[in-house]
Amino acid sequence: MEGAALFQFLLRMGDNTLILGHRVSEWCGHAPVLEEDIALANTALDLIGQTQMWLGLAAEVEGQGRSADDLAFLRDVWDFRNLLLVEQPNGDFGQTILRQFLFDAWHVEMLRRLTDSSDARIAAIAAKALKEARYHVERSGDTVIGLGDGTDESHARMQAALDRLWPYLGEMFHGDGVDEAMEKAAIAPAAEALRAPVSERIEAVLDKATLSIPETRHARSGGKSGVRHSEHLGHLLTQMQWLQRAYPGATW
Amino acid sequence: MSTEWPLWEVFIRGQHGISHRHVGSLHAPDAEMAMKNARDVYTRRNEGVSIWVVEARHITASSPSDKGPFYEPSHSKVYRHPSFFDIPDEAGHM
Repeated sequence: MEGAALFQFLLRMGDNTLILGHRVSEWCGHAPVLEEDIALANTALDLIGQTQMWLGLAAEVEGQGRSADDLAFLRDVWDFRNLLLVEQPNGDFGQTILRQFLFDAWHVEMLRRLTDSSDARIAAIAAKALKEARYHVERSGDTVIGLGDGTDESHARMQAALDRLWPYLGEMFHGDGVDEAMEKAAIAPAAEALRAPVSERIEAVLDKATLSIPETRHARSGGKSGVRHSEHLGHLLTQMQWLQRAYPGATW
Repeated sequence: MSTEWPLWEVFIRGQHGISHRHVGSLHAPDAEMAMKNARDVYTRRNEGVSIWVVEARHITASSPSDKGPFYEPSHSKVYRHPSFFDIPDEAGHM
């Protein structure tokens, strides 16, 4: 059971960075200014690099002869274990940055704790990824503040993005059997344990950004368990997996 | 109000002990974002260990039209070079 749970946990880590990395890469060549274009591409590449480590370890743990590439390119929607948040469309630049910040805030806290994982392989990946994530959260947080506390238009766009994305935040903190097994083995923290520190960081930034947290208690879930992905993931996969589906085994 | 971000000049120290060198410029709304943009635009291939950014308008540059009075007078003054000393062998290469 633990091997299966560990595999699921690693898919969650790797699918989050894979799907968000792909989403962010969609901006390449389209960002509002050159500096942001390069910064977004750097972030996307960092996330894809982390994906290689997480899915590489997942494949090893699974022991079925699959590679990180097989996991990334040859699974279908229902096999993905990423949070619903990261598969949401880019929207405008503000929505992309807010989604990034909400993820980064959780990611940094998660990775920080994973550096103490009882599994040395996980601790090593987390230590490497944490350095990148700490930069990501600083950059995305500052940009959320700049845009939120900016012009009337940028403020309105950021508030609209927050209203749209807020219901996806709760999924990060809802634990299930996989999380419990990881906590029991001291591999990863309980999902709920991250709620307070992550919320604190998010609220501090939203406050400086003069953005209001939506009243809704509605929380969407179904991504990390894979039972109910949004319709957006399938469309993303048709782009991301197209080449390997059309030309199986193609290399370059 | 201008909607263009100000221009910043970027200086990077490639390794410890070397001075900062001008590497290029970029746009950013403030100094902190200029620093982040410099990190993302100019150090992605491991180019640096330290970054300076300065808003371009704060740099006072010499004018090309002044180049006669500014620089030409020094052309013919070889005595300003410390090349007329005999260096003792013990001092080695200087």
